[in-house]
Amino acid sequence: MKTTLSVLVENHPGVLSRVAGLFSRRGFNIDSLAVGTTENPEISRMTIVVDGDEYIVEQVKKQLNKLVDVIKVSKIIPEESVSRELVLIKVDAEPQVRSEIIHIAEIFRANIVDVSRKSMIIELTGDKDKVSAFEELLKPFGIKELVRTGVIAVNRGNKTIKIEEDE
Amino acid sequence: MEISSAEALIRSLEIEGVSVVFGYPGGAILPVYDSLFHSKKIKHILTRSEQAAAHAASGYARVSRKVGVCMATSGPGATNLVTGIATAYMDSVPIVAITGQVATSLIGRDVFQEVDITGATAPFTKHNYLVKKAEDVPRIVKEAFYIASTGRPGPVLIDLPKDVAETRIEFKYPEQVVLRGYKPKTNGHPLQISRAAEAINKAQRPVICAGGGVNSAGAEEELLKLAEKAHIPVATSLMGIGAFPEDHPLSLGMLGMHGTPYANIAVTESDLIIAAGARFGDRLTGRVAGFAPNAKIIHIDIDPAEIGKNVKPDIPIVGDVKLVLAEILKEVYPKQPTEWNSRIAELKKKTISYDRTSRLCPQEVIEALSAKTGGDAIITTEVGSHQMWVAQLYKFTKPRTFISSGGLGTMGYGLPAAIGAKFAKPDKNVINICGDGSFQMNMAELATAVENNLSLKMILFNNRGLGLVRQLQEFYCEKRYSQVHFGFVPDFVKLAESYGIKARRIDSREELDGALDELICEKGCFLLECIVDINENVYPMVLNGSPINEMIGG
Repeated sequence: MKTTLSVLVENHPGVLSRVAGLFSRRGFNIDSLAVGTTENPEISRMTIVVDGDEYIVEQVKKQLNKLVDVIKVSKIIPEESVSRELVLIKVDAEPQVRSEIIHIAEIFRANIVDVSRKSMIIELTGDKDKVSAFEELLKPFGIKELVRTGVIAVNRGNKTIKIEEDE
Repeated sequence: MEISSAEALIRSLEIEGVSVVFGYPGGAILPVYDSLFHSKKIKHILTRSEQAAAHAASGYARVSRKVGVCMATSGPGATNLVTGIATAYMDSVPIVAITGQVATSLIGRDVFQEVDITGATAPFTKHNYLVKKAEDVPRIVKEAFYIASTGRPGPVLIDLPKDVAETRIEFKYPEQVVLRGYKPKTNGHPLQISRAAEAINKAQRPVICAGGGVNSAGAEEELLKLAEKAHIPVATSLMGIGAFPEDHPLSLGMLGMHGTPYANIAVTESDLIIAAGARFGDRLTGRVAGFAPNAKIIHIDIDPAEIGKNVKPDIPIVGDVKLVLAEILKEVYPKQPTEWNSRIAELKKKTISYDRTSRLCPQEVIEALSAKTGGDAIITTEVGSHQMWVAQLYKFTKPRTFISSGGLGTMGYGLPAAIGAKFAKPDKNVINICGDGSFQMNMAELATAVENNLSLKMILFNNRGLGLVRQLQEFYCEKRYSQVHFGFVPDFVKLAESYGIKARRIDSREELDGALDELICEKGCFLLECIVDINENVYPMVLNGSPINEMIGG
């Protein structure tokens, strides 16, 4: 079972290694981890996709909360949120198949960001399923390189993940 | 006026009320020791290895309920602290460890005595700091003491690079700690507390399992009141020993792998377990599926991550065990002794037995010591058979008088911890009980004890080997005894005498009484060596994978 967690952390050096270290030493599996600063430069937000049952996810949340640099851990509910991943794919594109690839990219609303004589780089944003479907369609042409950012997610509507300033 | 941040560190420690620091100097921590040289408030105890400094800080912290402080230089100094820090982490002991670090410009270049100690200790510190800016020193010290001593206590490490330590700053100690990611919850949820009280009122066969949390929170009074109000028998974990007086009719002693038969059976038969500041460690529960199979479980712990980690509770309560027990107490009805109490009394007739007909055995030494001291001593132990016998047979009646490495099981803990304990309570008799295996791990600390005129008492069970490992090999390796017998052991009496420590060796029952009197009355240090048989096993014993009511020799 995959669960997406949104984790607000202090934007300090070493925080990422503390979080990653926690996962490895407690035997938790990370599917993906994406991190960047938030609207507040002192705070970073990690989106972590965890693979595990309810017990594991509960433990992950509690153990993350024990880290002093972790400010808040929230579970992202798929139906109530938007999740996206960005992927860059370098695909073999001999002139005779180039238009076919461009056509697929258009259907997926992907962007062609670089073209050379024998290959092109395509940028695609979407949820996991869309990215996977796109990857499947490009496979026959020959994928030379593929880089994904890992999922980031945000709640729909007015619901936000913020720090309660209770003092 | 500007001062170096090393001096700011020392001043910060003074403001935190630190009066004793255990440590070992070196290159990268020179500025700190230079500032310490001028301190009139802080006494520095020079140990013979850094590991002992960390254990001493731990022993000091556990007895005094204050934060223990140790320091070491970078590289090997810091790595020698590691075992002590991990030991403190597993037993939730508040210590602040300060390490020197190479200059910031050199970090990452593998220079002399450089090691990434914040990286190394991240898994077993509550938090740690690599100080990058000199002006952060006062705030970091303040935070470190706050984090170490609040919530679930634990070790915090501060790594101070040499150039940062030398940088001059305007000293101002912060009044408040602001940590948005650290807000320990101390008050239990009122609804959960009511549910717990109701469960206790309804229970017919309740048992309290008191853990180390009761000792560290100072909740012994609340525990006693609750137990007496509703006549609930109390078992403790190893770390919980002393939290409940073992001469009390409601005491079940220790439960678990080497627990008392009556504790293990009572827990198995119970219909309600009230776990107070205990984490359901594997040595306590045995096979989890067979642990108190018919009981509802109330789990009180200050660390939310412990709730449901090993055993799923029916009524979880996150909070300070002292506050939570006090609240529960208000809602619990007074009860008269019931059939369950008669059953407990019946169970308690079958005590831990051992063969005392042949030669001098360690169990009787411990029982005799217990009778002589009347529980009015601080007992430290190392790790092994002797530790289990002390846990089983010494009657502890006061909290924080049993100081032993529970979670990590660190051999070599006892002697330095005894040194720390003696600094915390100079007027108490502090007795370290050890085997010849663990004694040899940190015996260099005899010098620290003598140098500081400490009156430390030691009982050394010499069986020329590693008894508890031998026992494991007997049960799990078909008696293939691999590396558990020492080919050579020193003459411990002469060894002690070379330190100017009085010592005596006994191997018969007839000498025991006189020897213990000598040990207790001696003004200085004293070592009593008892020659014992390595084939003496610790019973009862619960085998791996068995429920705790299935005991060998129980």
